[in-house]
Amino acid sequence: MNELTPFDPHSELTLALRYSGKLLLRKEIPLDHATFQQLLNQQQFIPHASIIRKFSGPKCNRCNNQKRSLFGIIPCQICRKQHLYCRKCIEMGRVLECESLYSWQGSKPDWLSHANPCSWIGELTKRQKLASERIVEAVTNLEKELLIWAVCGAGKTEMLYAGITSALKKGKRVCLATPRADVVRELLPRFRQAFSSVHIQGLYGGSKDNDGTAQLILATTHQLLRFQAAFDLMIIDEVDAFPFHADPSLPYATSRAKNETSTTIYLTATPRKMHRKRIARNNLAHIFVPVRFHGHPLPVPTMKMSLNLRKSIQRFLPPNHFFTWLKNRRTPSRQLLLFVPTINLAERMGEKLIEKLLISEDITSELDLVTVHASDVNREEKVMQFRNKEILILITTTILERGVTFPSVDVAVIDAGHEVFDEAALVQISGRAGRSIDDPDGEVVFFHDGKTDAMVKAIRSIKSMNRRGGFK
Amino acid sequence: MNQSVFLYNPAIKEMISKWKYRGDYCLGDIFKESFVQTFKTAFGNEINDSIVVPIPLSDERLLERGFNQSAMLADYLQVEKKEILTRIHGEKQSKKTRIERISARNPFSLNAVVSNKVILIDDIYTTGATLRHAATLLQEAGCPKVSSFTLIRG
Ligand SMILES: [Zn+2]
Ligand SMILES: [Zn+2]
Repeated sequence: MNELTPFDPHSELTLALRYSGKLLLRKEIPLDHATFQQLLNQQQFIPHASIIRKFSGPKCNRCNNQKRSLFGIIPCQICRKQHLYCRKCIEMGRVLECESLYSWQGSKPDWLSHANPCSWIGELTKRQKLASERIVEAVTNLEKELLIWAVCGAGKTEMLYAGITSALKKGKRVCLATPRADVVRELLPRFRQAFSSVHIQGLYGGSKDNDGTAQLILATTHQLLRFQAAFDLMIIDEVDAFPFHADPSLPYATSRAKNETSTTIYLTATPRKMHRKRIARNNLAHIFVPVRFHGHPLPVPTMKMSLNLRKSIQRFLPPNHFFTWLKNRRTPSRQLLLFVPTINLAERMGEKLIEKLLISEDITSELDLVTVHASDVNREEKVMQFRNKEILILITTTILERGVTFPSVDVAVIDAGHEVFDEAALVQISGRAGRSIDDPDGEVVFFHDGKTDAMVKAIRSIKSMNRRGGFK
Repeated sequence: MNQSVFLYNPAIKEMISKWKYRGDYCLGDIFKESFVQTFKTAFGNEINDSIVVPIPLSDERLLERGFNQSAMLADYLQVEKKEILTRIHGEKQSKKTRIERISARNPFSLNAVVSNKVILIDDIYTTGATLRHAATLLQEAGCPKVSSFTLIRG
C-alpha cells in the first residue's frame, strides 16, 4: 500500500481518492449497503440513469452505445420487469437499465505536487528533445491538443517524461491510454523506473492492482469507461490503432475521462486520414519526429511476388520464394518475425513449418519456432521468450504489429495483400525491424500474389519519412 | 437418468461463461434450437404427461445475475414449467471438492406436491449430485418418475 493512503476505508480522504473522477456501477463500489446508502443520502454519491431511452432509440450512458442491435432485453429477476441491458460494454460488467451509474460529488482528492518526480537518467537525441520540449510547452500553456508524429522506433516514451514531470510538479493527474493491454504491460515497469516516487497503476482487463487511485495511470482505453473528469493530462498512445479508431465508444470514454482544462497528447507513427487532414488544414498542432533514436533510417520493405502463393497457403505453407529468401538472408543470425493474416493460418503454418524447417535444418528443435495470436493464453510468455532470444522464429497475427520491441529481427509478411494488412499495419510491421542501436537495420519482405494499394502506399510513406529525416 | 445436448469443451465453456457469468442473457438463444430438438428426441413419448422443473439459483445468485439460466432453458420447451424447488442455502458449488459436493446435505426444498412425471432442467451436469438431490426430494414426495435434461455434460 502506498504510505500516503490512509487505512480507514470510510475516511473522507480514502473515499475521495477511490471514487472521485469515476462513473461506476454499484457492484464496482465495494462499500457495505449502510455506508453506501448514507453517502447517497448525503449526496456524496450521485446516481445517474445508466440506459436512457430517447426518441431515436436507447443509449448507454457508460459507453455511449446507441445501436439498437447492441442492446439486449432481459426479463430481470432483480426488479421483476423486462428491460434493456447493454451488450456493447458487457465485458466491463453488465449495465442493466434498472441500475444506476454513480459519480462522486464529495470532496476531491489533493494530488501531490511532486518536487522532483522524474528518476530517469538517460539522454534524449536532438529530435527527441525538440518533441519533448514541445510537449512541456503544451502542458504548461494548457493547450487543448498536440499530435506527436514519430516514426516507429523514435523513442517516444522517453519524449513524454518531461511533459509528465511538469504536470506532476503542478499536482496534476496524468493518464496514458493505449488500445492494447500488451503496451500497458510493457510500459508499466519503464514508468515505475522513470517515476520511482510516484504512485503508478496499470489498468487492463485482468490487472490486479486495479482500483484506479494512482496519480499516474496507464490504462487500456476500455478501462477508461470507468472514469469521468479525472485527468489533467491525457496521453493517447497509438491513436490510429485498431480498435481505437474503429470503435466510437473508446474516443468517447477517453474524452469523458479528461478534465475540462486538460491537455491531450496524441502519439502515432501512422496518423489516420482524419488527423492528416486536420494537420494539413492547420487546426491540429503537431510535431514530426522523423528519425529513430539511433539515428538510422527506417528499413524499406521489398515486395516479392509469388504466383503460387494461394496454393502454398492452402497447404498452410509460405510460398517457395520465402524459403529461397530465408536461405539467403544477409544476416542469418537475426531472429525472424513472420506475420500472417489469420489465427487459423498462424496455427496451421506453425505446425507445417516446424516439420519443413527441421528437415532443411534451418531450425534444430521444434521449440525454435512458436506461434502467437490474440486469443493465445500464453501470449505474454511467448513474447517474452522471443525477446530473450529463446525462440528463433515467431509466427504472429497483426497483434504484434505495434507496441512491442525486439532488438534484432528480420520481418516477413505472408500474403501481404490480405485486407488485414492496411497501410498503417504494414508501416507498423516494417517498423519492428532495426530497432536496436547494435543492429539498426533489418530486412522486411512482403510476400504477395498481387500488389495492393496498401503495400505501395506503405513503402512510399516509409521512404518519405526517411527523406524528411534527412536520408538520401 | 440424464440426457445432455453438448459435451463440455473450451468453446462451450467460453460461451457459457459469457452467458451466465457476464450475464449476456440473449446469448442463451444460441442454444435454443439444439436444446429443443434434442429434448424432443430424448423425451418424445413422455412429453405429454410430464412437467419440467428448472434447478433454482439461490436468491443471492439470482439478484446478482438477474436471471436463472435453467429457467430460461426450461422456457424454450413446449412443456409446462413449474418452479417448485427452492435453494435452502447458497454456497457456491464450485468451491467445494468433489467429495464434499456429493456428500453435502440436500440443498433444496420442495414447495408443492407433484403427481406428474418430472424432467429436471439444468445447464451443466458435472457430478450429478445437484440433480440427484432434487430427484430424491421429488421421489420422496411421491413423484412417479424423475429424469433430467441438461445443456452440457461435463
Ligand atoms: Zn454500454
Ligand atoms: Zn432490472
